[in-house]
Amino acid sequence: MKTFKRPDGRKPDEIRPMKAEVGVVPNADGSAMFSFGDTVAIAAVYGPKKMHPQHLQNPKKGTLRCTYNMISFSVTDRIRPGPSRRSTEISKITEWALEPVLMIDNFKSKVVDVHISILQANASTRCAGINAAIIALAHAGIPMKNLVSSVSIGKLDKELIVDVNKYEEDWKEGEGSTDIPITMTADGKITHIQLDGKIKKEQLMEAVKMAREAHKKIYDVQKKALKEVGK
Amino acid sequence: MTDRKIVIPGEVIAEGNDYLPGEGTEKRESEIVAIRFGLAEEFNKLVKVIPLSGVYHPRRGNVVIGCVENLTFNGWVIDIKSSDTGFLPVAEVPRYVNKNDLKEVMDFGEMVVAKITEINQRGIDLTIRSRGLGKLDDGIIIEINPNRVPRVIGKEGSMISLIKNETGCRITVGQNGLIWIDGEKTEDELFAKKAILHIAENSFISGLTDEMTKWFEEEKGK
Repeated sequence: MKTFKRPDGRKPDEIRPMKAEVGVVPNADGSAMFSFGDTVAIAAVYGPKKMHPQHLQNPKKGTLRCTYNMISFSVTDRIRPGPSRRSTEISKITEWALEPVLMIDNFKSKVVDVHISILQANASTRCAGINAAIIALAHAGIPMKNLVSSVSIGKLDKELIVDVNKYEEDWKEGEGSTDIPITMTADGKITHIQLDGKIKKEQLMEAVKMAREAHKKIYDVQKKALKEVGK
Repeated sequence: MTDRKIVIPGEVIAEGNDYLPGEGTEKRESEIVAIRFGLAEEFNKLVKVIPLSGVYHPRRGNVVIGCVENLTFNGWVIDIKSSDTGFLPVAEVPRYVNKNDLKEVMDFGEMVVAKITEINQRGIDLTIRSRGLGKLDDGIIIEINPNRVPRVIGKEGSMISLIKNETGCRITVGQNGLIWIDGEKTEDELFAKKAILHIAENSFISGLTDEMTKWFEEEKGK
């Protein structure tokens, strides 16, 4: 295997230092912060509460509603505040990544609101957002089958790396960069996978394997944060 | 008391077929798995998870305190601090009610202690046909996190009777986190309020009732 030097000196399978904290938003029913190095996300959960406007109510089962938002100062060039094409898409993706594990069928006509704010961005924001959201949902007492963890796998030229940062995302050499965010439950079932770029089938399988290893580390951080509540 | 530990969703609490899955848990093959975040407790082979945070989930038989939000032709709509509003029908009021003048019995903004009789698709039905229930006229109302209510009440009401004895106040604790305190003097009420807020803040301490006995001695010595 060829030795590949990442700009910040990390090993290919090394995640940036992670931090997780539960209960960061006192007014929310559940909240959490999760960070990958410079990428910081906070999630606040409200509900289950009555769905408004009423025509969006689903009398058969509960609804999950996610809102992903980048704070204007989260990136080097100020980002225009408010919803954009990108943020609406990521909100929807986050909903799909979380929904399979949540057991909200009994909350008929109710909604669980998840607000994700990116305070600082250095790539992998949707992964940090999902990681924060799931611990915030657990903190809010929403029943769920399992926790999920999310990480992005990158391909720089032909080499696979774990947890992409901004510099690596913009990689131009060789085949260029490929970004694959993957979300998995704690028992290894994929709930979300995206692909931005090109990759061979064999290498994609390898990427999933790498993500599986990385998820164990992320899960430990999430678990530790939840266990520390009330201590 | 069995030892309790914090569990997270997906965590295996107990293994073996002789355990029964209680609230907040699920049976997967021969394992009892937590589906909620909270404290795991095992009693008589029944495993359950006691929630530590989150919103109040109304259940049948709960005594709650609410505020009159609206009047309809046959009852009162009561805000009970949950996702659904409660409904108190005229028939569940143990006195004569003039249907044309519901205001006379209970008006907007008035507080009431009620019990949940039924929860269905349409909402939550309440009653005040029982001892200790009814409209509140005097006293003060305080609000705490509904997850702390079991600690304020204590094992078989040990904590709440301690506070009642020490302060000489009448206290009703609603499962939705609203607490009504009524005493002879305002100072007594405020003292009881201080005690309850102290419990809510230190709810994670074990042996809290003994701790509070000491707290009362200290406070009275001041």
